[in-house]
Parts: sequence; C-alpha cells; structure tokens
Amino acid sequence: MEPEDEQSNSMMEEICSNGGEESARTRPIISGEQLDVEAYASLYQGRTKITRLMFIADHCDIASMQLEALRMAYDEIKKGENTQLFREVVKKIDGRLGPNYAMDEAWCDSVDRRAEQRKEKLENELNAYRTNLIKESIRMGYNDFGDFYYAHGALGDAFKSYVRTRDYCTTSKHIIHMCMSAILVSIEMGQFTHVTSYVSKAEQTPEALEPVTIAKLRCAAGLAHLEARKYKLAARKFLEVGPDLGNSYNESKVIDNVNFRNFLELVPEVRELINDFYSSRYASCLDYLGNLKANLLLDIHLHDHVETLYDQIRNKALIQYTHPFVSVDLHMMANAFKTSVAGIEKELEALITDNQIQARIDSHNKILYARHADQRNATFQRVLQTGSEFDQDVRAMLLRANLLKHEYNVRAARKL
Amino acid sequence: MQSIENLVTQIQGLSSNASDITALKDYLKAAEDLLRSESTRLLSFLDQLDPSKHSLVINVCKRYKDQVLLLEAPIRGVGPMLTAIRKIQSSTEHLTTLHPEFLQLCLLAKCYKAGLSVLEDDIYEINLPRDFFLYCYYGGMIFIGQKRFRKALELLHNVVTAPMSSINAIAVEAYKKYILVSLIHHGQFSSTLPKYTSSAAQRNLKNFSQPYMELVNTYNTGKIAELETYVQTNREKFESDNNLGLVKQVVSSMYKRNIQRLTQTYLTLSLQDIANTVQLNSSKEAEMHVLQMIQDGEIFATINQKDGMVRFLEDPEQYKTCEMIEHIDSSIQRIMSLSKKLTAMDELISCDPLYLGKAGRERQRFDFDDFDSVPQKFNI
Repeated sequence: MEPEDEQSNSMMEEICSNGGEESARTRPIISGEQLDVEAYASLYQGRTKITRLMFIADHCDIASMQLEALRMAYDEIKKGENTQLFREVVKKIDGRLGPNYAMDEAWCDSVDRRAEQRKEKLENELNAYRTNLIKESIRMGYNDFGDFYYAHGALGDAFKSYVRTRDYCTTSKHIIHMCMSAILVSIEMGQFTHVTSYVSKAEQTPEALEPVTIAKLRCAAGLAHLEARKYKLAARKFLEVGPDLGNSYNESKVIDNVNFRNFLELVPEVRELINDFYSSRYASCLDYLGNLKANLLLDIHLHDHVETLYDQIRNKALIQYTHPFVSVDLHMMANAFKTSVAGIEKELEALITDNQIQARIDSHNKILYARHADQRNATFQRVLQTGSEFDQDVRAMLLRANLLKHEYNVRAARKL
Repeated sequence: MQSIENLVTQIQGLSSNASDITALKDYLKAAEDLLRSESTRLLSFLDQLDPSKHSLVINVCKRYKDQVLLLEAPIRGVGPMLTAIRKIQSSTEHLTTLHPEFLQLCLLAKCYKAGLSVLEDDIYEINLPRDFFLYCYYGGMIFIGQKRFRKALELLHNVVTAPMSSINAIAVEAYKKYILVSLIHHGQFSSTLPKYTSSAAQRNLKNFSQPYMELVNTYNTGKIAELETYVQTNREKFESDNNLGLVKQVVSSMYKRNIQRLTQTYLTLSLQDIANTVQLNSSKEAEMHVLQMIQDGEIFATINQKDGMVRFLEDPEQYKTCEMIEHIDSSIQRIMSLSKKLTAMDELISCDPLYLGKAGRERQRFDFDDFDSVPQKFNI
C-alpha cells in the first residue's frame, strides 16, 4: 500500500497548491482503530484542516483526543490570519493546555491592524481600476478582495466579491476560476444550493476542462447532493471522480453500484465490507460497518448522514437476502443478521409495510412467505371500482349541470 | 267523515278553474282545523286527489306533515307522504319539494327502510336547489343510519360540491358529516375539494369546521389514545352538532383500520400480538374485534382458539362465478345508459340559444373560413 500512498499524497499536494485550500482528499483514515488525530490532520491543509479539527474536538468524547485536536487547530490558525476562529479555539481550549495556548491579544490586535491596512489598500486599488475601466484589473481587484475576506473568515463578503468578478470575466479560464472560488466558499459556508448552480455553470463552459478540475467539480457536486440527502445522486457523482483521487465516500456507493471495485484497492477495509455484502455474508459486513461508524461520525460531511446510510444499507441487505426465496425461516435469518427473531420480525414488518418486500409473515411458525400479487383478481377489482367511480362522477356531473341551468334560468328570469 | 268528503268534492270541483283556486285556498284555510282532527283519514282521500290537477296538494301535504310532527307521531306520516311523492313525481328522476320533507319524517320516525326506497332512484331534475341540498343531507343521514357509508359519502359529496353562490348552513353541516364519514369509510380525508366546487364553498367551509379538521389530523397520527383524548376534550362541540355518535364510530374505525393493515403483512398472528399492535387492552378484546370484522365481511380470517392464533386468508373472490358475471354485466348496462344520457344532454345544450349566444360571441375570426354556420343573430 505504501507506494500508492505516496503517489496519491503527492497528487493531493499538487491539488492543494493548485486551488488554494481545497477540500478534496485522498485516503482519509477510516479504520477500526481509534483515530490518530495528527495523521488525520496531516492529510489536509489550511482552512478545512481547522474546521475538521474543531469538529473532532466538538464531537469526540475522549479528552486526550479533544485536546490534541484543539492544540493542532490553534497552531494552524496562528499560521493564518483568521482572528475570529482564533477566539473560538481559545474559548474551547479554556486554559487546559497551559499558558502557551492562552488568548494572545497582542497577536490578534496586530493581525487586525494589518488587515485594516490591507483592506484600505485594496479598496484604493479597486477604485483606481474602476475609474480606469480596465476589465482585467478590476477582476483582479475583486479577486484579491475575495481572497482577503476568505483569509479573514468573512465568508459572506468573500462570496460576494468572487461573484462580482463574473461581470469582468473575459476568458473561460476566468470563469472557471471564479466558479471554483465561489464553490469553495459556498462549501465552507454550507450553502449547497450555490454549489450546485456554480458547478453546472462551470460545466457549461465551452472549453475542455482539465481532468483535475472536472474531478473537483464532481466532488463538489457530490457533496451538495449528500447534503440534500439524495444519496443515489451523490454516489453517482462521486463515482465519476477519477480513480486517481480515490474519493472515499464508498459507503454511499454500497447501496447502488457495481463498477466501483476499482476504487476499493485504495481503502482495504471498505473493500472487505463490500465484498462481504456481495457474497451475502451480511453478519461480517455489518460488523465492519459498526467498526467504521465511530470514525465516520467524526467526519464533517458524513456526520449527519451516517445513521441514515447505515439503515439503508441494512435494509438493502435484508431485501437482498429474502429476494430469491419462496419461504425463509426467520431463525436462520436472525442468525445471519445477528439479531433476535423478534427484532428481525419487526424490521421485516416495516419493510413489508413500505412495500419493499412482497411477502407475508407466518408469526406462528416464524416463516416468511413470498407473496405474488394475483394480477387477475387485481384487474377485476380495479375494473369494478373504475366503473362505479365513473357512474358516481357522471351522475354528480349531470346533477350539477342541472343545478347550474336552473340557477341560470332563475337569473335570466329575474333580469327579464 | 262527512266534512272530509265535502272537502274532497269541493277540491275536485273547484280546481278546474283558475279563479276558483283562490276561493279554494281560502276554503282550505278554514278547513284546517278539520284536517287536523281528521288527519288519520287523510290517507285514503289523498288517493282521490289527482296531483296534476291540484297544485295545492303540495301545500296540503306540507301542512299535514307539520301536524304530524306536532302530534309527535311521525311514523304515521310516513306512509301517506310516500304515496304523495309517487303521485307528484312526473318521473322517478324528478325531485319534488316533498322529498326532503319525507326524508325528514323517516329520520325522525327512524324507519329508514321507507326512506331507502325513495333514495334508490337517481335524481336528475330539480326544481329548487334548496330542496336538493336538504334531500342530499337527509339522504346522507339515512344512509349513515343504515351504515351504507359509500352511498352516504356520495350524497354528502354532492351537497358540498354543488354550485352555490354563497355558503349556506346545510352545506356546512353536510361538510362536517362528510369529514367524519370519509374517515370511517376510507380511513383518510383529503381537505382539498375538487375543482368544480363553488369558490364560496372552498373559501368558507373549512373555517366553520375547525374541530373536525383537527380530528382528521389526530386520526392520521394513528394513535388511538390521542384520538380518544381529543374526542373527550371536544365532546361538547361534537354534541352540539349532534355528531357524537359518528365521532365514536370514527374512533372504532381506527381499530379496524389497524387490524386491516396487519392482514397485509402477516399470515398468522397471535391474538396477543394483535392486541399489542392495535393498542387494545387484552387478547379477548382483540378476539371480539376480529370476530366482528369477520362477520361484517371486512377481513377474511379464521380464529384458532386453541392456540390463540388468527390466520388471515386471501379474499376468496375468484371473479369466476355467475353472480359476478351478472354483476359486471349489469354495471356495463348501467354505464351504457348513463353515457347515452350524457350524449343526449350534450346535444340539448348545444341547441340551447343561450349557450350558442355565448359561444358565438367568444369565437375569434381570422379569415373568411372561420365564419361558419353560427347565424349572425348570435354574434354580438
């Protein structure tokens, strides 16, 4: 696995340097062991690193990991210029890490002053460009503004500035650049509707895009869909990301797709999991899922969806299990899925009511019988029902027509 | 007796002449006391009155009905009214003013069967909208009494969706009952009225029946306990509308619906499990409910008392019997006659001068070919 590691890491760095702070990642550490915070954090750079670290700190119960995460976040923030985040982290640390990590007012003030100066400078430059009406320089000016706001954490302003460059974009390269920046900021802000719109805008540019850009766009689109809970769409989008980047949201794909075995080489545990699923060794598959769960909960994007995805995977497994049989013994099924008979009965009942399994449960003997709808009877029933509905509707219509005619006549009579 | 005979001869004699009608009217007014005391005899003498000649018969009947109500013996009025209706109707499809009166009597007398014979006929001709509303409303109530909820729903639906320029109290009451019967029969209620409902109804009906809409929401949650508490808290409101009985039926229908849902997922189920799922208190109660439903034909099942197990069966209807074929055949005939009626009505309207005038006016003319057979007179 080592050479692949380095290869993907180096590509990762390329991407990071390319677009600034980019949230794509190669191999997050999703394994059964406890998360190694440092190793996890080393995979990311810049702002996303800080956000992820803070998320871990918020959601992790183990104090040592929390402090570790907060310490790394502190260091990272000091490298940048974001005073607001700095204040947040300091509040969270709450003096637990010793005097070195206390509130550094002096640093904050100096950063803020520098920021003011730079902002003034940028504004003056921008005004100068605007009076000169040189498109390219105005665009650069707004871009610089956007970068400035982003570095200081004022995401809304950054977004606005980036969007304003749109009017001054001349080549498609500019447009793509604008779209990418806008997407980046929107992801950070969590406004995924903007993400989708800008992704589609970027995809519509006539010039061919580099594969890396395409991959980034697909990632962004996938994230947007994930937020919107359209897991199927998210899975498709993530799939379209080339295997080089080896995107990690494999769990979503477990639900649908067949083609993704290529990616599995990069993530051994998930590969085991998916193999088990396909060979119907559900117990071990679900075991793996359980192990991964703890770590997945710490991921900022997957956090909200882990539960739903897990439930869906489990349901899919149940449906797949019952599909080829006419009758299934519930005891054996309960063993396969490592639950009790009563539990399995409840889950199956829910699935049947949802119409995802066509079967009936014999609760006395604990057997599940597949049931195929009788088309002939169903047709007869529908026919008779349609007939009586037609009858009712037409009669009501005739009545209403008569009433209306009467009313009309009365009104006409009154007029005369 | 003698005076009644005189009365009858007078009526028959005087009704031939228009001016005499007024005289007759005065005469009748005077004779009212007489009528009152002799109300029991009226039946035989009504037969002698031919309604086509005596337009005042309707008034007589109305007075008679009021009398009967005063005497608090509505059942005496049922028979005569029925005969009267049959006589007055020009055809079985005609709705007279007497229909709602008659139905009201039936309701009060609780002899629903008599009312049914009148309700079986389809109505197409109407004289007064108000008659129609009352007729449908009372008819709906009779069907509810007979537990024929589908027909009740149909009639109440007609009231609610009938064209009306302004909301009236009958429609409001009918709407409330409509909600309740819909819950009992279908287990759900959609608060959107169809497009052909008058705008007055659409706007106002919901405002007047707030507690019922909330009942629907509680029902939809599927929890019996909540439903029952809601009914308890709003008892007075339902009582004041005389709907408490229906509301109780709604509650019991919830149990039925839950049990029916179980037939979809289970082949056999123990009575205890049924009691637990449907939130009944004991398996004995569950057994009672299931037994009742089997007898009513709402589910198909067998109860094995030894094991305490219920086995759900498929609907044994195979659609292969002679009766089924006859049923389908008669439905086809009925629908064919209905569509003939529809075509006839369509033709009638296309010949109607008012319609032609309106349609002709709205026609747009672009070139000479568009001037077709509609005569100039109708283009304004």
